[in-house]
Amino acid sequence: MTAHSAIQPTHVTVGDAKDKNWYIDKSFEILMFICGISAIIFVVGIFLFVFKEGLGFILGDMNFSEFFLSQKWRPTSLNKATYGILAMVAGTAAVTGLAMLICLPISIGAAIFIAEFAKGRTREILKIVIEFLAAIPSVVWGFIALSIMNPLIINVFDVPMGLGVLNSAIILALMAAPIVTSIAEDAFKAVPDTYREAAEALGATRWQTIYKVILPAAKNGLLSAGLLGVGRGFGETMAILMASGHSINIPTSVFDSFRALTATIAAELGETAVGSPHYQSLFAIGIFLFLITFIINMTADFIVRGVRKG
Amino acid sequence: MKLLQLAIAATITTGLIGWIATDVAARTMIQNKGSDTLVNVAQAWAEAYQKVKPDVAVAVTGGGSGTGIAAMINGTVDLANSSRAMKEKEIAEANKNNIKPMEHLVGYDALAIFVHKSNPMTSITLAQLADMYGDDGKTENWSQLGVKVPGCQGNKIVLISRQNNSGTYIYFQEAVLGEKRDFRLGTKDLHGSKDVIDLVEKTPCAVGYSGLAYDSPHVKKLPVAKDDKATPVEATMANAVSKLYPIARPLFMYTNGEPQGDVKAYLDWIKSDIGQCITEEKGYAPIRPINCAKK
Repeated sequence: MTAHSAIQPTHVTVGDAKDKNWYIDKSFEILMFICGISAIIFVVGIFLFVFKEGLGFILGDMNFSEFFLSQKWRPTSLNKATYGILAMVAGTAAVTGLAMLICLPISIGAAIFIAEFAKGRTREILKIVIEFLAAIPSVVWGFIALSIMNPLIINVFDVPMGLGVLNSAIILALMAAPIVTSIAEDAFKAVPDTYREAAEALGATRWQTIYKVILPAAKNGLLSAGLLGVGRGFGETMAILMASGHSINIPTSVFDSFRALTATIAAELGETAVGSPHYQSLFAIGIFLFLITFIINMTADFIVRGVRKG
Repeated sequence: MKLLQLAIAATITTGLIGWIATDVAARTMIQNKGSDTLVNVAQAWAEAYQKVKPDVAVAVTGGGSGTGIAAMINGTVDLANSSRAMKEKEIAEANKNNIKPMEHLVGYDALAIFVHKSNPMTSITLAQLADMYGDDGKTENWSQLGVKVPGCQGNKIVLISRQNNSGTYIYFQEAVLGEKRDFRLGTKDLHGSKDVIDLVEKTPCAVGYSGLAYDSPHVKKLPVAKDDKATPVEATMANAVSKLYPIARPLFMYTNGEPQGDVKAYLDWIKSDIGQCITEEKGYAPIRPINCAKK
């Protein structure tokens, strides 16, 4: 902009800062400020909206012990509506846990390879391919679960149905892998090279360096990578809706069907009358989910910040 | 210069949007939403009606009877499709929003019971179904029904149901379980009639229920008997019209108050012989016996 005014010096009065360019400058500053704080406005707005819609239920029809301790989710029952989310919480937790068991070793292994071993082309190609995994839409993952994994699990394990915890956990592990891998890789990169040099100087092999030096040093970053994976697991909806079998049931084996909290909201919200107890109870589940993911993400964030400071 | 270009681009875009908007506004839109059972025939009606009255466009969306009824209560549709009658509670909720739902019978459907092709069952009674699907029911294995299903590990019945606001789900509850009995927990609650058929096709242990129109050669349809003594009746359109089939149900469309103008013309057309022949063609029973030219 200064270049522009230099070409047409006659339009600029020396000492007067408030020319055309000043206003353009100022308005862009304000625009950018609005963009900058919009994220905060949206988060607060969404939270207020979800809270407002669910509040009527929390204060009115909700029975806390039934909500958290009963597995009877029958909001449209013709004789007595019950709102128990225990089975869904158990199902969501089970699948997230199993997904992390599958995902963490693979992702951390991949991250170690990318950060410590791979060089040049290999490294770049690997990074792109792993990030490509994140670009697959969740409904496509759901299709894979329904049409490939379901018959595969039935055939391999000889079970009546392939939709359930195992299927969902594998899909979820693949979906969470790119995030976990890239955060874990960042954590490894954050370990100062002096550590590696010191280890090498002491005669440590590469494996010893990784196992004894780098993994402990990157511990916090890895933990936060895992937590973000867990957050992904709790929040994933579409793929899980298709892979879980969508049945209210506390899973006792990895082949059992279950129902996720998110999938319940997705499946039922469109069909409820606005303001009815069923509608509000779904928002109450939304509040619960919001709190869980909020806590998980905050914890992960604090841990990451710890990494940066240390 | 960049700003000028941007301004020109913005003007053109706004103009285009405005032009498209006025073009759409020139045609009357009828919003039609609801029952998955009805969605195929509703689409066929809408398409055929386009030729009768090109200036009226009918937008059809599915999602389940609950979706349609909720939209009617919320006042966002002109016509709600439902495979069950509206409940008193729902009518009261609609009245609160100043909406007076009015029921229009547009066809009948037989609720068919589907099992895997390899299932040796030849018929099923309503009591057996209730004991499988009902809360506290005792039937959990196919062997309790006297059959062994090939390819079904453990012989355990995999119950396939629908999401709890689907008209089919609620009709099944009323007609098979009885109003006072809930569904057993642990049924697979699928989100569409077609999904039920697809899953039954792939799962030897499964049993599912769905509208007759979704029948497929890849699954087996079980004749249903009212009780132990009655003869099982095949789920067919003729048996639905004659009410011989024990779980046949009426299909409705709802309007807000007495239908007016284009909506009334559309409904009258649906109930006419032409509309009802489309109903029959799509696998549902018409509201009165009619003779349609077979295509």
